[in-house]
Amino acid sequence: MLSFDFMRHALVAGTFIAVICGMMGVFVIARGMSFLTHTLAEIGFAGAAFGLFMGWPALNGMLLFTVLSSAMVGELGVRSARRENVISAVSALFLGLGILFISLSDNSAASATSILFGSVIGISLGEVWQVVILSIIVILVTLLMYRQLKFDSFDSVGARVNGINGTVISIAFLIMLALSVSVAAQIVGSLLIFILLTLPAASARYFVHSVSSMIALSIGFAVAGTWLGITLGYFTNWPTSFFIATIEVIFYLSGLIWNKKR
Amino acid sequence: MTASYGPTNIIKDLNFNLAEGEFLAIIGENGVGKTTLVRSLLGMLTPKAGTIKFTDHSIAKNIGYVPQSRNLDEEYPITVKDFVSLNLRDSKLPWVTANEKAKVWSIIEQTNLTKIADRPLGQASGGEKQRAYLAQALLNSPKLLILDESTASLDVEMKQELLKLVAKVQQENKMSAIFITHDLPLARNYADNYLLMTKQQEYTMGPIASLNVSESEKV
Ligand SMILES: Nc1ncnc2c1ncn2[C@@H]1O[C@H](COP(=O)(O)OP(=O)(O)O)[C@@H](O)[C@H]1O
Ligand SMILES: [Mg+2]
Repeated sequence: MLSFDFMRHALVAGTFIAVICGMMGVFVIARGMSFLTHTLAEIGFAGAAFGLFMGWPALNGMLLFTVLSSAMVGELGVRSARRENVISAVSALFLGLGILFISLSDNSAASATSILFGSVIGISLGEVWQVVILSIIVILVTLLMYRQLKFDSFDSVGARVNGINGTVISIAFLIMLALSVSVAAQIVGSLLIFILLTLPAASARYFVHSVSSMIALSIGFAVAGTWLGITLGYFTNWPTSFFIATIEVIFYLSGLIWNKKR
Repeated sequence: MTASYGPTNIIKDLNFNLAEGEFLAIIGENGVGKTTLVRSLLGMLTPKAGTIKFTDHSIAKNIGYVPQSRNLDEEYPITVKDFVSLNLRDSKLPWVTANEKAKVWSIIEQTNLTKIADRPLGQASGGEKQRAYLAQALLNSPKLLILDESTASLDVEMKQELLKLVAKVQQENKMSAIFITHDLPLARNYADNYLLMTKQQEYTMGPIASLNVSESEKV
């Protein structure tokens, strides 16, 4: 199977995506932002549809929408965006926009399917490079602000009294999250983003209890699910996202059971 | 000094000193501005009038503060050791260096947390959580330690234990300490001096032994 270009592309892109999602997921959960991630994915969907409508690659449209919206949110916005009705309203608006852009563009049905459910098997070499470069940016920025991000995410009260600027961290993190969401949508689709962005991290929490090992295990779960999913997809011709979702849910359930047993 | 969040002064014309190595208890009802005073000391709030002077500038930059409210529930996942390590700031490296590990461990030992160092903080008892907060605040060897109602949620025995620990650490590390509380007996046992703050914005201070009953009834 590795003799096919499209499989090699899928595995390389999938690995990078899994790594950043596994890593970012730990912070997403610690900061209580699972729901916001969802909204970002829907904003990304609208962006992808807009890109399609403009004749751009879907990823570019996604990046434009998600990065712009997260840069505009800021600290105050994060707090109010956590309120459920705000989230529902924003999601509704962007889903509606996405549907509009899709229906306005040609060959709508096929593109809608690939934006919503992902299409890692069809990814080109150029797109692989884009995924790799964006992923490296996310990893580097996260490493650069790692200590402060960790403090702010796991103990925001303590971080504040120790002079860490929460607003700066929040905005930088949101932009990194926007990049991750856009990149991850390439493989699992915007509908299933949380499979890679929250499930592996949520599972890791049940098994290990230090931030660094949570990140390592979360990346492990994400990468394992992605590799297995792509492989099983190749042999069965069923959708990759289906397998990745199932595998990540299995990790999560085993975490729950493991946790109960102790 | 005078401090405010808007037009109304929360603290008005307060004057007080803290000597090196002193253990000061700040006493007063809810809402009299105790936390506001601490925020001013920390530089999180600039006094509207007056100044706060530190004899040594390095003190201001390195105050260990255990804030009043932290909402860490029982699901809180990371270990006591990791929680304490969050305050490491000698370097920006993403990993913890050997020196830093040693530093964290010595604070863990000093605050009697060795047994639970690798357990999730969420599963720790109220007293253990307070000790972990204390350890985090002590990590960078502050010259001044401030505890904001740290004993409020603890039972009598735990309160004594925590304060005994604070007093011990204060001696060992040659720090000054400010302890905010409603608990007069506790303050009497451990503090050197008191600062009483009232709703009427009257402030009295003196040796804790001289705190008389009529004054303490105001608390
Ligand atoms: N960030 C804030 N903005 C405006 N008012 C505040 C703020 N924090 C506290 N206050 C007000 O200042 C007063 C003193 O609060 P605080 O210093 O927390 O009291 P204490 O710690 O003694 O219970 C209260 O009336 C409170 O409502
Ligand atoms: Mg207070």
